[in-house]
Amino acid sequence: MRAGLLVAALIASIAGTAWAQGASPYTVVGDAISQPLADKPGDPARGRAIVANRSVGLCLLCHSGPIPEERFQGNLAPSLAGAGGRWSVAQLRLRIVDGARLNPDTIMPPYYRTTGLQRVAKPFEGKTILTAEQIEDVVAYLATLKE
Amino acid sequence: MLLPAVFAASFALAQASADKTAADKRRSGYQDMGAALQKMQDDDTANPGMLFVQLGQQLWAKPAGAANKACADCHSLADMKGVAARYPAMAKDGDKPIDLEGRVRLCRTVNQQAEPLAPESRELLSLAAFVANQSRGLPIAPPDDPRLAPFRAQGAAIYQRRQGQLNLSCAICHDDNAGKKLAGVTIPEAHPTGYPLYRLEWQALGSLKRRLRNCLIGIRAEAYPSDAVEYVALEIYLMDRARGMVFESPGVRP
Repeated sequence: MRAGLLVAALIASIAGTAWAQGASPYTVVGDAISQPLADKPGDPARGRAIVANRSVGLCLLCHSGPIPEERFQGNLAPSLAGAGGRWSVAQLRLRIVDGARLNPDTIMPPYYRTTGLQRVAKPFEGKTILTAEQIEDVVAYLATLKE
Repeated sequence: MLLPAVFAASFALAQASADKTAADKRRSGYQDMGAALQKMQDDDTANPGMLFVQLGQQLWAKPAGAANKACADCHSLADMKGVAARYPAMAKDGDKPIDLEGRVRLCRTVNQQAEPLAPESRELLSLAAFVANQSRGLPIAPPDDPRLAPFRAQGAAIYQRRQGQLNLSCAICHDDNAGKKLAGVTIPEAHPTGYPLYRLEWQALGSLKRRLRNCLIGIRAEAYPSDAVEYVALEIYLMDRARGMVFESPGVRP
């Protein structure tokens, strides 16, 4: 009991220093995060809505994707079509969470990182771009884009 | 003796044409617009910015403040030719650079001894647009003032620095990805050729500073306070980067 409390306190203090900023810890193995960030499995339909939303997912500002009702799509980044064929779920997860771990020069925003950023606007300070649940939804959606 | 001279002359010629080619590669946002918007900018009776230029012309001649002097009482209009194409510049007796709007505001309070004009106010933008319009068609020509150098360097550093929750820099979009589509919009090279300019998105005339704030907000970075030297530093850098390009104010942009 006491040991349990101690562990809880320890976790809380770690969380307080490193991850109180809206992101929970995760483990990177190779170029992937194999463990889901959230308890609930991702929902592809919700993920699609997040990707399509210009002020939530922001994805279509830079990427195009098989979402025909969104007419104005970007071409700064590869098409999302086929993303689920090119990458595993675990690889997709890391690329959304913090692509800079794979390529420090990437222009892909770190969707699940709050550290190492400069001059973040007050309303977004300490917050990740997407929540753990939202990232799982997006990963679940992208995984369906096999071609 | 002849040979080196010929060589030198041809080298100079090649240099000049190389410079010209390099200059020609730069694109004003004007060139990225559709024909309809270009026509709107080119036609003074259709360019909404010209309404502000006209208002500025009236204000230019209107006495103001305790000094009861109009701009026109001290400045000849001919002297305004080229001014906007070389700003920002060091403030007289000051240690900081100011942009064109800053210059107008300073004149307003110090020389006219009038109430300050609010940043981005209709009066300030109109006066700036009227002065800027006197430089329309001239090449952008920042002054070779060594005091500007550290500010230009500061602006260049800000331009390259990643900022905000989206962790983007000016350079990522406007150098590395200019010409590509951000959503449906062509990313411009960010040459400040037309300020103050009329943006359809704003339904208003606006300053370069306002445009810079927009981008900062877009990448979810903390916008600098409106009187921050960072904006002027960026403006100095951008004007230097656009050196030799044609000044267009009042521009029209989507």
